[in-house]
Amino acid sequence: MYIIVVGGGKVGYYLTQHLLAAGHEVAVIEKNPKKVENIINDLGGIAILGDGSDASPMLEAGMNRADIAVAATGDDEDNLIVCQMAKMKFGVKRTIARINNPKNEHIFGVLGIETTVSYVDALVAQIERGIPTHALVHLLTLRDVGAAFVEKQVPPASPVIGMTMSEMNLPEHFLIALIIRQSQAIIPKGTTHLEEGDEVVAVTAVGNEDLLEQLFRGELIKKP
Amino acid sequence: MRIIILGCGRVGVHLAHAMDQAGHDVTVVDRNRESFNKLGSDYGGKMVLGTGIDEDVLRKAGIEQADAFVAVTNGDNTNAMAAQIAQHVFQVPRVVARMYDPVREETYRLLGLDTVCPTVMGAVKIREMVDA
Repeated sequence: MYIIVVGGGKVGYYLTQHLLAAGHEVAVIEKNPKKVENIINDLGGIAILGDGSDASPMLEAGMNRADIAVAATGDDEDNLIVCQMAKMKFGVKRTIARINNPKNEHIFGVLGIETTVSYVDALVAQIERGIPTHALVHLLTLRDVGAAFVEKQVPPASPVIGMTMSEMNLPEHFLIALIIRQSQAIIPKGTTHLEEGDEVVAVTAVGNEDLLEQLFRGELIKKP
Repeated sequence: MRIIILGCGRVGVHLAHAMDQAGHDVTVVDRNRESFNKLGSDYGGKMVLGTGIDEDVLRKAGIEQADAFVAVTNGDNTNAMAAQIAQHVFQVPRVVARMYDPVREETYRLLGLDTVCPTVMGAVKIREMVDA
């Protein structure tokens, strides 16, 4: 795939390195000449000097044949405009925006940028996962298909302890996809039961993430 | 009319004074406190400190009741994003964004924003004067 990364700072640099290693064709647009020089020295002649929301470096980078544009600068307004220009001016089908201020995730969604990566949210999720009895953690949101992956630990005395997947009679559009028990991953079947302290990963529709918490409080259990 | 002007530069200050003197309810938003000094003591409108792409700052500036929103910071991308927030998130009836880059200006005009490009306007005007 041909991927254009706008912003060659730390995030853009390491992303580019990974994408190249995975065999993708990559170009980076970066406005700081020093960073462009570093990328060319370390990763090859794939960096273009310029403002990534300007049409001319985009054209020079071949934005019109890019499969994916990634906006990875430290400024959300630049990332929004990069994605919108890539879509509208160059017809790029898939754009991914880095979000620096978590408040902007909602705005990007309203303005048509479905796939966003908020590193503050990711960092918070990682830290929350490290705290033994943590709240609901948002692992991943696939806004373009309306799906969310959330994780929560089964709390002590939860009514679901000892119940199997089929006994819980789970609601529509909600699936327990993974159970982590004593550092072992279990892909549950109908006969798999839940234990106290299990880390449960559920897939659900965006907006329904709190179903997992409701389940653990016993609110969703329908007695057959 | 309640108008919010984002960006307290030359154009923002000029516009704020003109609208204020015409009796409108003007609020100027800028992220630099010092830039408000340019408004001078005869300015009777409000000032809100903060970045114009932050929904909370815009709410504080009264965007939910605003009749018009004008984005005239020195950053095209900030203007494009703030104007879209005003139009699509807060449904402000009249939104205008300034963009220096003619390509971006055209793109956002086609997307339905009301845009002003001083680069093109200046070039056209100068051409007229030279040709005359």
